[in-house]
Amino acid sequence: MAEIDQVTQSILEKIDGAGFVQEGAYNLRYNGYSLCHGSTKNVTIKRKEDKQGMDVIISGDAKGDVVHIPVVVTTSGINDEVYNDFYIESGADVTIIAGCGIHNSGCNDSRHDGIHTFHVGKGANVRYEEKHYGQGEGTGARILNPVTKIILEEAAVFTLDSVQIEGVDSTKRDTQVIMGANSKLFVMEKLMTHDKQVAISDMEVRMDGEGSSAQIISRSVAKGESVQTFHPKAIGCAPCHAHIQCDSIIMDHAQVCSIPEIDAKHIDAAIIHEAAIGRINNEQMIKLNTFGLSDEEAEAVIIANFLN
Amino acid sequence: MLEVKNLVFHPIDNGVEKSIIEDISFTVEDGEMLVITGPNGGGKSTMAKLLMGIEKPDGGQILLDGEDITKLSIAERANAGIGFGFQQPPRFKGMTVERMLSLAAGEELPDKVCCDLLSNVGLCAKEYLKREIDNTLSGGEMKRIEIASVLAKKHKLFIFDEPEAGIDLWSFSMLVKQFEQLHQNKKESIILISHQERIIQMADRIMVIRDGKVAKVGTREQVFPGLMCHEAGCRCQNPACS
Repeated sequence: MAEIDQVTQSILEKIDGAGFVQEGAYNLRYNGYSLCHGSTKNVTIKRKEDKQGMDVIISGDAKGDVVHIPVVVTTSGINDEVYNDFYIESGADVTIIAGCGIHNSGCNDSRHDGIHTFHVGKGANVRYEEKHYGQGEGTGARILNPVTKIILEEAAVFTLDSVQIEGVDSTKRDTQVIMGANSKLFVMEKLMTHDKQVAISDMEVRMDGEGSSAQIISRSVAKGESVQTFHPKAIGCAPCHAHIQCDSIIMDHAQVCSIPEIDAKHIDAAIIHEAAIGRINNEQMIKLNTFGLSDEEAEAVIIANFLN
Repeated sequence: MLEVKNLVFHPIDNGVEKSIIEDISFTVEDGEMLVITGPNGGGKSTMAKLLMGIEKPDGGQILLDGEDITKLSIAERANAGIGFGFQQPPRFKGMTVERMLSLAAGEELPDKVCCDLLSNVGLCAKEYLKREIDNTLSGGEMKRIEIASVLAKKHKLFIFDEPEAGIDLWSFSMLVKQFEQLHQNKKESIILISHQERIIQMADRIMVIRDGKVAKVGTREQVFPGLMCHEAGCRCQNPACS
């Protein structure tokens, strides 16, 4: 069993709420290499031969299986690019808990780019959880640029739950989804930025298959002088439904830019986009004050609940 | 006991000083229910907000059990024992009903307690515990959750601003029962702002506020009979009243 230092352990606790253990199907990527990994009867994890990354093959027999694949970067100045491909066979039911935490105590930038591709077979059900987190007293930036490609076959269901908690100086998130007939996509994106952080989230969902449906919810809080940009795009090429909802709380001197794009290429493509940006509601503050909470406590409660 | 002495509220609106509350004094004894009624725009809700600290008075004093709370913040008044039910409670995206009730109680409430609180205001508890307090709730549901949140904690003084507004008839009966029960215990003082006859009739005393002043105050027997004809500002068509 691989030895895990204290800093790494504390980061794992932040990014893998379910608790990371070296059991079952798992892979811990640490400072640019795979520190430890394990497969099970239903989940095979193989290291790629030609480049950094792994292939994760999930059999159709998987029912409620959980795969843990956290990434931890603790060396300042590292630039880690990794390609992970997931092959989820028809009928599988699986939860994949990913996430990346950077501890940067140096003056050089630390960066991790995770390029993930999901091939989801007929009727398979995937829940993908991804938490991003940064810490460390160094002046070097903590940078995360995830690329997530999702290909859904007929009647596949994919739930993407992404959270950027705090401490990530710069992130550019690129998500691309192609949806087959009767497939379903649920996206919940939660983001909090502070100080001078920058976050960009581009998402393109293409509903090619008849009866496909997508629900995309984005909630964010921008504090300090941070800047957030959201650009979700839904393209309906067949009879389909999509609902995109972007809600942001803006504070201090932050900037939030929400650019909706909906593109219907079929008469029965029903696509809705809602976007709202606003400061913390004063009536909510007063209501919480009447419970005996101070302004600071009320503000923290509103943000915590908004981001769940 | 609540004592309000010579309360004055003169906010500046567009550079003009307005007289919203003009030298109002009254008391509410321990265990007493005072219903404040009167015409719209007369100053009732403003009075409630002044008591809770949501608005700051320009003169006068508010004492709770002899302690001067006039300068206390909203949170300090809440911690001193005042509970407040809003006429139009705000919505909270992402906050569940059970979370809100725990925040209101100041402690994590077990499901059973949350369920009882919701059932008492006519909501089928299990359906609501995990629901978010957002736009998916109707105005009536919001109002009932608001009342449940105020009742989640013991207070010295409850203030409810038009609790009946937006509530259907069936739930209204349950609401009246809740207030009656609260009143029967005679532990807490209750101020209810209302236009509803059934609520007004529960009062120990009734205070009519009109044009920022106390138009009339007295026991239910003294005030109620003439209320519809004169004090509320209505003109009754019944010759016997005039």
